[in-house]
Amino acid sequence: MKLFNNADVVIALILLVAMVFIGLVNPAFWQLSNIFSLLKSNVVIGLMALGVLLVMISGGIDVSFTAFAVAGMYLVVRSMVALDYDGVILPFLCATAIGGLLGLMNAGIIHKFNMIPLIVTLGTASVVRGLVLGLVGTSNVNINQMPDALIAFGRTDIATLERANGTTYGLTAMIAIYVAAALCMHLVLTRTMIGRSVYAYGADPEAAKRVGFKTGRTMIFVYCTAGALAGFAGLLHSSMIWLANPRDFVGLELDVIAAVVLGGASIFGGRGTVLGTVLGVFILVMIQNSLILMGIDTTWQRVVVGAMLLAAVTVTALRDRRALV
Amino acid sequence: MASPPLIELRGISKRFGGVRALDDVSMTIERAEIRCLAGENGSGKSTLIKIVSGVYQPDEGEILFDGKSPGRLDPATSIAHGIQVIYQDLSLFPTLTVVENLFLNTYLRERQKTVDWRRGRRMAREVLDRLDVDLDLDANVETLPAAGRQIVAIARAVLAEARLIIMDEPTTALTGREVERMFRIVRDLQQQGIAVLFVSHKMREMLEISEALSVFRNGKKVAEGPIAEFDERAITRAMTGRDLNTGRFAAPRRDRDATPRLTLEGVSVGDDVHDVSLRVMPGEVVGLSGRIGAGRTTLAKAIFGLRQDVTGRMEIDGARLAPASVSDAIAAGVAYVPEDRLSEGLFLGRSIRDNAISAAMDRYAPRLWLDAGRARTETERMFDDMQIVAPGTDVPVSTLSGGNQQRVVIGRWLMTDARLLILNGPTVGVDVGSKEQIHGIIHGLTRDRGLAVVMISDDLPELAANCNRVLTMEDGRLTGELAGDALTEDALEASMAGASARETA
Repeated sequence: MKLFNNADVVIALILLVAMVFIGLVNPAFWQLSNIFSLLKSNVVIGLMALGVLLVMISGGIDVSFTAFAVAGMYLVVRSMVALDYDGVILPFLCATAIGGLLGLMNAGIIHKFNMIPLIVTLGTASVVRGLVLGLVGTSNVNINQMPDALIAFGRTDIATLERANGTTYGLTAMIAIYVAAALCMHLVLTRTMIGRSVYAYGADPEAAKRVGFKTGRTMIFVYCTAGALAGFAGLLHSSMIWLANPRDFVGLELDVIAAVVLGGASIFGGRGTVLGTVLGVFILVMIQNSLILMGIDTTWQRVVVGAMLLAAVTVTALRDRRALV
Repeated sequence: MASPPLIELRGISKRFGGVRALDDVSMTIERAEIRCLAGENGSGKSTLIKIVSGVYQPDEGEILFDGKSPGRLDPATSIAHGIQVIYQDLSLFPTLTVVENLFLNTYLRERQKTVDWRRGRRMAREVLDRLDVDLDLDANVETLPAAGRQIVAIARAVLAEARLIIMDEPTTALTGREVERMFRIVRDLQQQGIAVLFVSHKMREMLEISEALSVFRNGKKVAEGPIAEFDERAITRAMTGRDLNTGRFAAPRRDRDATPRLTLEGVSVGDDVHDVSLRVMPGEVVGLSGRIGAGRTTLAKAIFGLRQDVTGRMEIDGARLAPASVSDAIAAGVAYVPEDRLSEGLFLGRSIRDNAISAAMDRYAPRLWLDAGRARTETERMFDDMQIVAPGTDVPVSTLSGGNQQRVVIGRWLMTDARLLILNGPTVGVDVGSKEQIHGIIHGLTRDRGLAVVMISDDLPELAANCNRVLTMEDGRLTGELAGDALTEDALEASMAGASARETA
């Protein structure tokens, strides 16, 4: 069966089964308001996951992106407050650029010194987080200080519906940004040579070099894009929750990496798809969401996420090992 | 007037530090020629390949393409002149499809920014048609057998408009029939005007496929000519600079009533081995031939305690052998040298001594600490017995040549007081001279210590020359036995061919 060889199909089936099951346990799951809120929770994790996907396809792993997200978010929001600047486009460009530049640092160290991405990104993550807290500040920027334009932007809905009791709920417009980013990433990965170079590098770095790929350029592309996406997602997060907390995103690395692995990307590099990752993110967010709906304690959610990561890693490792023989 | 040769090397020399890797080598390769490059490890073959492909620059001499000098030769220039090297590891992308592996090269050369999958597919289809082979274009390369991967590598070179394809040890991972298919492809390439330069260790293959031969030794070209001027003996002499003992191994006659060293009765292992019965006497060398997947390795692993799904009876010196683990098997006197000594056998970064004592740690560290004196003396004895060439027992194994590494692996097992030695591909990747010495050592051990040896090998001449008897295996069953005068390379080949004929029938 060709169909079942396709990891994306398997993941979609798992998602479907999970949705049916959760719907049976808790019919409230299928309410449009819940679906909308689910989709909303997908956006930030999803954007970060796209970056992590790129890193994982290249055979690396990135744990620094949450630190870069904090850097992008907090630096930009604090600057806006300090300069009393109110706008949307320029701040997002800045956050993206900050993330991208920090990613460049990752790429440089990893490529130049041929070092293990996990260790490098652990190091850069700690340095960046420390610098943000030490040099920029440790206090939250609360809703009363947050620039109005950012809040307004984060509140934009594409569709607004009314409940029976007269309150309204909507589908956030941010989902459009996420979908657009995913589509872009998909096209880049499947239709461009730089995209294919990421797969080639992940499959066999030495062979990629011999075929004539400029692998340094590939690494820069991978880590800068991952950093830029994280920076962008960081600011987006803060505009959606009307808060900029310099200690935010701690532990989110695990969720995002779990989602990407759940989406079928290989920890050994060389495989992974945007569709799979989008589905993986959805599964993860959905399960976390239903645990909340069921009133399960947040500490136990960590257990579930960890277990899902382990299960997904095991399954993909078995798949990849079988393929190796 | 004849056109100039495809490539002409004139007086090429290359030094690395104080070592002369190549010394005043001149050589030509004509269009559509199939030439073989022979030589032991370190003879300068790989240096020559790297110079032709532009990886190294020669210290002296010049390279002419079509009679013209390309100036400074870098990899890109070499590729532009149609030189394609297929390295032993093939440099393919295992997780990518056949189509992509084929077109990436071309798109890179064309400096494409985007990927036109439809065109890539067409190109892939065309080149595979040109080679007259059928492959699933959408299969990931990792799912293909070794032969399929080899074909992808060749097709990729052809797509890159190769005029000369250099293949480094292309047949190492292939079975007999697959080698035939590859040779057919090579001849097709020749028809299409593409020259092929083979780098090989295997005599029979050199003699069969190539038209001309160049032999290297110690960085010098020592012999060259049309293949008709050579036979195995002449090639070996040129490669090693001496005559090798190619005589047959005759085991000393043993008492018929003696207890067999190894007895298998009705042994089955999972779905891979069925109802195998055999006996190996002390001092005997028994070969196991058969195609890859015939069950030979599984059987070896069963004896060595690596498989738990074994039924039937196994005995060592009359005592029941039912190893639940490798340590049980070692304690019973079984030693196993795996096919892939790099991944399964050796700790490459560790010293010869550490590797040597690793199989019998209990012996050298009976309590918590290591008995360093004993470890040293026994390692040194093994070092001498196995005639290992190295500065000492403290050097890391990774610095040794293939032949010396193999000696460490075999020697290590002898330090466990093994009575039965199972060798899987004992001389894969070992050069001719070293191979002969390893065989000599094995024979010495069987003679002096009454060691029994089971030798699994795809190298038919090796089996024919070194075994008392050779058992053929097919689909997990023993299908025949050749011994005495009936044991010849041709007979072995015939029995293998019979096996594949039955399989296709």
